[in-house]
Amino acid sequence: MEHHQERSDHRSQDLPQVLVIKPPPVLTLFEDKFISSKFQLLKAWESTLPLDQFLTNYAGSVRAVLCSGASPITADIIRLLPSLQLVITASAGVNHIDLTECRRLGIAVTNAAGVFSDDGADAAVGLLIDVLRKVSAADRYVRNGLWPAKGDYALGSKLGGKRVGVVGLGGFGSAVAKRLEAFGCTVLYNSRTQKPSVPYPFYSTVLELAADSDSLIICCGLTAETRHMINREVLLVLGKQGVIVNIARGAIINEKEMVECLVRGEIGGAGLDVFENEPNVPEELFGLDNVVLSPHRVVFTPESFVAASELVVGNLEAFFSNKPLLSPVIYE
Amino acid sequence: MGYHQKPQYLSKTLEQDLLLPRVLVLRSPSVPSFFFSKSHLQAHFHLVDPLDSPEPTHSFLSRHAASVLALLCVASTRVSSETLSLLPSLKLVVASSAGLDHIDLGECRRRGITVTSAGQVFTEDVADFAVGLLIDVLRRVSASDGCVRARLWAEKRPFPLGVKLGGNRVGIVGLGRIGSEVAKRLIDFGCSIAYCSRKEKPSVPYPYYSTVSELATNSDVLILCCSLTKETHHIINKGVMEALGKEGVIINIGRGALIDEKELVKFLQQGQILGAGLDVYENEPHVSQELFAMENVVLAPHAAVYTLESFAALQELVVGNLKAFFSNKPLLTPAQLE
Repeated sequence: MEHHQERSDHRSQDLPQVLVIKPPPVLTLFEDKFISSKFQLLKAWESTLPLDQFLTNYAGSVRAVLCSGASPITADIIRLLPSLQLVITASAGVNHIDLTECRRLGIAVTNAAGVFSDDGADAAVGLLIDVLRKVSAADRYVRNGLWPAKGDYALGSKLGGKRVGVVGLGGFGSAVAKRLEAFGCTVLYNSRTQKPSVPYPFYSTVLELAADSDSLIICCGLTAETRHMINREVLLVLGKQGVIVNIARGAIINEKEMVECLVRGEIGGAGLDVFENEPNVPEELFGLDNVVLSPHRVVFTPESFVAASELVVGNLEAFFSNKPLLSPVIYE
Repeated sequence: MGYHQKPQYLSKTLEQDLLLPRVLVLRSPSVPSFFFSKSHLQAHFHLVDPLDSPEPTHSFLSRHAASVLALLCVASTRVSSETLSLLPSLKLVVASSAGLDHIDLGECRRRGITVTSAGQVFTEDVADFAVGLLIDVLRRVSASDGCVRARLWAEKRPFPLGVKLGGNRVGIVGLGRIGSEVAKRLIDFGCSIAYCSRKEKPSVPYPYYSTVSELATNSDVLILCCSLTKETHHIINKGVMEALGKEGVIINIGRGALIDEKELVKFLQQGQILGAGLDVYENEPHVSQELFAMENVVLAPHAAVYTLESFAALQELVVGNLKAFFSNKPLLTPAQLE
């Protein structure tokens, strides 16, 4: 056990502890942003003890936990944290947190919604352009020496005039919609509820949205309702020219059915930053030129990570000073 | 009757065909087939095509094209002063590509030959492609796609973070229609726009710089949207790239020779600029081999105009200009010959 600083010794009584089971990427990359006068980190991953034993021994008085997709907060984990009052994630998504259990126990949850909206929207539209205009496929073609050998690459499809269905019109979906308009796309959307002040046509189901769209961009969170919401039925009505872009969560799409549709040419293409079982990507996709694959990275920039870390620290400092949380997740 | 039906060459009689206005078609065998739709044209015109004959073009033109009034130049096929000298009756050159640098415009003007351009049929697609290249370079989309396909994600190789788009100072080199459409898109991504052009454009809200060097000094990204002329040849040179700096990105959807390609390769190799997205090169279809190994470069095969929709619109425009000419109506897209 290293003792390079008093604060890093988890036995110190000075500062309240924030449990971290596994470090989220933002902590790994920007650890210096998490140094605070109001709390210290209790780094479970640095211990050789099995997790439940570590928690039993050291986390009995822990009031806050910083989690990530790699270290979900399940009911079992919560049970081992009797003093827990706050769960913080550095991501926009909260699907790795048992929200029902948190609500039942009066545990607050904060996320980083908002800080990833612009970068996420840039990435989503970038992937759509890539698939429609075959940017990555053409790049491979050139690098493989095929341009002199085989001549011109294939024609792509124009963005302007395309009807693009945005699934989920929160901060992220709205940022996507705004950018799509600049390309002359027509924006349509589906959301849990219609948003009266929004100029885009609303569709009450994803199936109806897909039937009327040329492309779909997934901008919603993963919940019990949205799991596998995009399935074979939806993809078939999207159609042979249809393109789907997903930078939200892999499990919103029934991946097996999507892969079948792609392999059979029942949809036109896909831009995917997220998958059901990362980092595993279905092998069949590697042979397809109408698919763009990204390792759950295309949204992230140093700026959004720094903003996320500042939001995490801000929430923690507010919590430990008994001030209102900056970005609480509101239970619906 | 075949004249007005869906084009089918065999449905026209020889007599009907000979009554149609004659249009000379010049196309180099190496140009992409997308630019030339024979069936579209044959419904309305009698095509005189040197490639239909075993004769060398020079003598074919002398023997068959002396009375031709209109020429369709397919894609980037060269129309030189020598070619024009073999066409004493020529009054119209119909271009079918975004650029006009392969046509001797000076000679056309001297001979009183009108040239029509491809108008706006390609503008939006080129602008979309430029933005796509920029996002790809900044966010490493193609490079990451390659890594995933090489199964490197599962190996837990760390991937570098991409660069944010918003807040970038984008310098547009040549603020014509294409440059304006690029600017309009990037504003909604949170970029700021500045430009340089032959002349300042007073109705434009973006800051103007009179030289590319000054523009580069004040930009994070340069997007080349200008035409290739004597003045713009190698306009992106060592000095401009130094002014752009180590964090700079260059996107070229204009012409390869706008950039000193050898110098660009050196700058990229030495990490003296951040990256590049290129659709055009000095010696197409040959691309400097050194670029193939670079992850911070996105390479496209001169495909910025390549959509089904733009080529359909091009065919309509080409036919429209020719029909207007032969019926003495105003041309749809006459080009300014400076």
